[in-house]
Amino acid sequence: MRRVGRYALLLFVLAVTIGPFLWQLSTSLKGAGEDVYAPDFVPSQPTLANYAGVADVVPVWTFVLNSLFVALVNVVANCVGASMAGYALARLRFRGRRLAALVFASGILVPFEVILISLFLVMRSFGLTNTLTGVVLPGAVAALNVLLMRNAFLALQPEVEEAAVIDGANAWQRFARIAVPSARGTILVVALFSFMFSWDDFLWPLVVLSDPDKYTLTIGLAYLQGTFFQNQRLVAAGTIIAVAPLIVLFISLQKHFFRGVGEGAIKG
Amino acid sequence: MTRWYTPWLFLLPGLAVVVTFSLVPFVNMIVLAFTDATALGGGHFTGLANFQRMLDDPKFWVALRNSTLYLVGVVPPLVVLPLLIALLVRKKLPGITFFRTAFFTPVIASAVVVGLIWTWLLDSQGLVNNVLRALGWVSRPVPFLTDEWLLLVSAMLVTIWKGLGYYMIIYLAALGNVPADLHEAAQVDGAGPVRRFFAVTVPALRPTMVLVAALSAVNGFRVFSEIYLLSGGSGGPGGADTSLVMLIQQTGTGLTGNVGYASALSMVLFVVTLGLLLVTLRLNRREEAL
Repeated sequence: MRRVGRYALLLFVLAVTIGPFLWQLSTSLKGAGEDVYAPDFVPSQPTLANYAGVADVVPVWTFVLNSLFVALVNVVANCVGASMAGYALARLRFRGRRLAALVFASGILVPFEVILISLFLVMRSFGLTNTLTGVVLPGAVAALNVLLMRNAFLALQPEVEEAAVIDGANAWQRFARIAVPSARGTILVVALFSFMFSWDDFLWPLVVLSDPDKYTLTIGLAYLQGTFFQNQRLVAAGTIIAVAPLIVLFISLQKHFFRGVGEGAIKG
Repeated sequence: MTRWYTPWLFLLPGLAVVVTFSLVPFVNMIVLAFTDATALGGGHFTGLANFQRMLDDPKFWVALRNSTLYLVGVVPPLVVLPLLIALLVRKKLPGITFFRTAFFTPVIASAVVVGLIWTWLLDSQGLVNNVLRALGWVSRPVPFLTDEWLLLVSAMLVTIWKGLGYYMIIYLAALGNVPADLHEAAQVDGAGPVRRFFAVTVPALRPTMVLVAALSAVNGFRVFSEIYLLSGGSGGPGGADTSLVMLIQQTGTGLTGNVGYASALSMVLFVVTLGLLLVTLRLNRREEAL
């Protein structure tokens, strides 16, 4: 009996969290002759036409490619840059190490919205506004990821590396052959969260991009809503296109997502 | 053996990005806050003029009020509800992994996707209004997206809905660290589940609850996307629901952007978020001292 009550509650929370996505999916599959306002979850004339239709009103596949480019560059830059910096902070002895750690720590303390306007001016002085490079650069090596990687390297046993030092391995060899392979779990977490953050980001691309050809998917969707709100089926199809890749990624790698929340929350 | 500059080569990409795109803009923001710089450049030192202007600017007070209300509105539900959900999915029952995964889904979706989904649900002809009418609870559509106050509350509900799964995971991790023997001892003493929750679980989770409160408070005060999307970019009727970050964005961008004033507004945002973090540190330190 207790168990039945627990499942009833679970199903209630499930309906609240997943229901809105299902409603959106359902709307995106409804045919032109259906009443989108009627509360029917199952389309009576299911069609994929809205997915083709959304590409007729906005260049949605260009938006997808732009978002994909930004997200992938962000993933590679964060994995490489944060691992390197994290390794130096965790394993190399040098003057100025505490200063370097302080720089990254203060980077975490500054909320992005606080520097938004000023960052736009910096980007303009580099001539990078309205470019995808300008979208990627500010998050290319996130300070939080550097500290996550530093902690991951600190948690490794130092003995293996000490043996490698005796064998004459230099810092780069120890980094690439011993440290990085041992910390690949955390690197995967960094990769996942970099992808998600970049794919979902809204405020910065909104400010830095002005040309619809350069739009990422998030601002492309807001633009679609602004111009074609009358056709709810098309907006729904666009949102499903935007959220589907992340859901696939999440279902296949959910353990690492959960791990990332734990580590990010405790250190952030 | 290791050359002196080797560590700096390791640090170079990371330091270059963080210094150029975080610390330099931050310092620049502080300088600009005391000037009358515009989007076209230039600007002269004007002392505290921007801050004086702020005191007389009704838009600033509305934005500050909205961001503060937002914080006050989202923090208590985000501290309590994810904890209850974490307790619900904690036990190993058949299918529990599926529920955990499903509850986390709103977290991975972008604020834009979530905002558009709820704009559609809360539309005057949307599903929520249709269901409310079918149940006979309302006779006219509820103006979730067009009434000044309902829009703000709707945006808060979206933020809460999107945050449940994230804080649920944080609580799950913390619940794993609550010593099981405390629970058993309480059970032996005849304490029921509700009593055990308040006598054992809550005290053990206090530091986590403070952490969740701090994270959700800072994020709540920084609200932008939810209000932007639910209001279709307008910030509500007559801009009555504009948040502080929206005001910064509207003031500082575009050809007529007033960069100096927007920077002064950004400083207010920074001081408040920093203050929230300091309060949290304080609370958790006192916790440890006890």
